[in-house]
Amino acid sequence: MKALSLPMPAEALPRRVRFTALLRLGKLLFGTPLNGLLTVLFGAMLVVTVPPMLRWLIIDAVLFDPDPDACREAVGACWSFVYAKSGQLLFGIYPLAERWRPAIVCLVILALLGWSVRPASWTARLLALWIATLAFIVWLMGGGFGLAEVPTASWGGLPVTLILTVVAIGIAFPVGILLALARRSTMPAVRIGAVVLIESVRGLPLLSILFVASIMMPLFLPEALLPDKFVRALVALTIFAAAYLAEVIRGGLQAISKGQYEAAAALGLPFWPMQYLIILPQAIRVVIPALANTVIVMIKNTSLVLVVGLFDLISSGKAALADPEWPSPAAETFLFIGAIFFALSFSFARFADFLERRGPVSH
Amino acid sequence: MSASPASIPAPFADPTIAIEMSEMNKWYGAFHVLRDIDLTVRRGERLVICGPSGSGKSTMIRCINRLEEHQRGRIVVDGVELTNDLKRIEEIRRDVGMVFQHFNLFPHLTILENLTLAPIWVRRMPRREAEENAMFYLERVRIPDQAGKYPGQLSGGQQQRVAIARSLCMNPKIMLFDEPTSALDPEMVKEVLETMVSLAEEGMTMLCVTHEMGFARQVADRVVFMDHGQIIEEAHPDEFFKNPRHDRTRLFLNQILN
Ligand SMILES: Nc1ncnc2c1ncn2[C@@H]1O[C@H](COP(=O)(O)OP(=O)(O)OP(=O)(O)O)[C@@H](O)[C@H]1O
Ligand SMILES: [Mg+2]
Repeated sequence: MKALSLPMPAEALPRRVRFTALLRLGKLLFGTPLNGLLTVLFGAMLVVTVPPMLRWLIIDAVLFDPDPDACREAVGACWSFVYAKSGQLLFGIYPLAERWRPAIVCLVILALLGWSVRPASWTARLLALWIATLAFIVWLMGGGFGLAEVPTASWGGLPVTLILTVVAIGIAFPVGILLALARRSTMPAVRIGAVVLIESVRGLPLLSILFVASIMMPLFLPEALLPDKFVRALVALTIFAAAYLAEVIRGGLQAISKGQYEAAAALGLPFWPMQYLIILPQAIRVVIPALANTVIVMIKNTSLVLVVGLFDLISSGKAALADPEWPSPAAETFLFIGAIFFALSFSFARFADFLERRGPVSH
Repeated sequence: MSASPASIPAPFADPTIAIEMSEMNKWYGAFHVLRDIDLTVRRGERLVICGPSGSGKSTMIRCINRLEEHQRGRIVVDGVELTNDLKRIEEIRRDVGMVFQHFNLFPHLTILENLTLAPIWVRRMPRREAEENAMFYLERVRIPDQAGKYPGQLSGGQQQRVAIARSLCMNPKIMLFDEPTSALDPEMVKEVLETMVSLAEEGMTMLCVTHEMGFARQVADRVVFMDHGQIIEEAHPDEFFKNPRHDRTRLFLNQILN
C-alpha cells in the first residue's frame, strides 16, 4: 500500500534526498546495459505510438457534432456516434418509449451492488432485499400490472448483462458451495453425483451448454413446460459458473486442517453449523483470488448469450453499428462497451482485494 | 439427558460412573491399535494417561468423544452408549470438553467469538449471556484483556488457556486433554498446568494424556500406563512412581524421568 502513495512534491524534500532519489531512478533505468537498452527501446516505442493515439482519440476526433457526415470526413475517432447511439448501446432494442424502465433497472442493480459491498450490510435482510429487488426488476423489465409488456426477446444491453451476471453468480455461489461439499462427502451417491455434474459441465464449452439450453430443450420439452429463453440461458450460465466455483471452493476446503473439524466436532457442532461457521469462512477466504478470477471470467462470459438470440451489451453494439445513416465506428463502439465491462470487472477485483485484506492477519 | 431413550437400561447406569470402556478394540485397517481396553472413570476422578509414542493414548481418549470410532466392545459416557447414532454422539460431545495439543482455536474468530460460538449455536444460549459466560471463563484463565484479539495474536500458552476456556464455556461434565503442553515453549507450560490444576481442584472429571509427571503427582487420582494399544498398569501416582509393577513401565519411567 505504502509504495503506491504519491511522492511528496520535490520542493518539500531536502536537496540531498532529491539527489539520491534521482540517483536511484537512474540506477533503475540504466543500471545495467540490458536495463539501459530496454529503457531506450520502450522510450522510443512510447514516442512513436502515443502521439498518433492521442490524435485519433481526442485531437482529430469528432466529439459532439451530431451530424454523421462530420464523422465521414474526420480522420479521428467518432465519439459523437457513441453519444448519439448511447440509448441503443445501453438498452438494445427495448422499445424507445419505455427506455426509462431498463434505465431504472440498471441504476437499482448498481446501487444495490454498491450497498452490498459494505460488511455492515451483510445480514439476512440484505438477502431479502435482493430477492424483492429481483422481483421488482422482472416486473419493470417485463411489464404487466399496469406496465406495457415487453418480451425478453426485446430486452437488451446493459440490463441484460447485469441481470445475467448478478443472478447467475448469485445463485451459482451457494450451489457451488453445496457441490464442493458434496464432492467431499463420505456418502458415495452424493459424491458421485457431484463429480458427474461438475466434470460434465467442465468438460463442455459454455457455448454448447447454452445451445443445449436454448435450442435442444425445446425439442424434448412440451411448449407449456418450456421456460423462457432468457431463463434457459440464465440456468445454463448458473450451472456453468457453479461447477467452476465448486472446484475453486473445494481447493479452499482442502486447505483447512483436520484440527478445525475436530475442534468444532468436539464442541458438539452438527455438520451444517460446522461448515457454515468454521470451515467455509476459512476455506473461502483462502481462495478469494481464484474465486474473483472465476467471477470476472463469468461477467464477460455473459456476452456469449448472443449466440442464442439474447441481446447483451455486445449484441446491442453490433446492432447499433448496422445503422446505414452513420459510418460504422466499430473501434469506438467496442471501446465504449469494453470500458463498461472493464468498470464492472475492475470494481469486482477491487472488492475481492478488500475482502482479502479484511479480517485477521494469517499467521 | 438422563431420561433420553439413548440412556442405557437402569441396572447398568451407575450415576457415579462418568466413563466406562469394556473390552474396547480398535483397528486402523489391519493395524490393531487398541486391544481390549477396560477402563472405568468415576465422576470427579482425575486420570493421567502416559506411555510411549504410538502406544494409542490419543486414539483411546479420542474414542471417548467419537473423534475416532471403535469397532468392538462398549464405551458408555455419562450413561450413554456410543453407537453410530449421530444424535447421541452430539449429545455426548456437548458434555465432554476436549483440549488438543495444537490448540485448534478458530483463527478467523476473535477470542470472545471462539468462546461464545458453541454456547450460542449448540446450547442456544442468548448472545449476551454467552458473552458474560465467556468473560467469566477468560478471567478464570487470567486473560480477560485478550477478548477482542484473534488467536494468531496470542502466545502459545495464552492460546491453550483460551482453548481450555472454550471447552469450559460449554459447562462440560468431563474434560479430555491430549498432550496440552507438549507444543508449548517451556516457559509457557507452567501457566497452562496451573489452569489445569485449579480445574482439578474444583472436582472436574479429567483425563489427561501428558508426560508432565509433576502434574500427575500433584493432581492425579490414578495414572494409567499404556503400551502397544494396551493398558499395562494403573495405579495411584505414589504407587506408580515408587513401585511400578511392570518392566515396561519401569523402562518408560526411567526414560522420561532422566
Ligand atoms: N489415522 C490413522 N491411520 C492409521 N494409523 C494411525 C492413525 N492414527 C494413528 N495411527 C497409529 O496408531 C498408533 C497409535 O497412535 P496414537 O496417536 O494414539 O499414539 P499416541 O500414544 O497418542 O502417541 P504420541 O505420544 O506420539 O501422541 C500409532 O502407531 C499411529 O501410527
Ligand atoms: Mg498422541
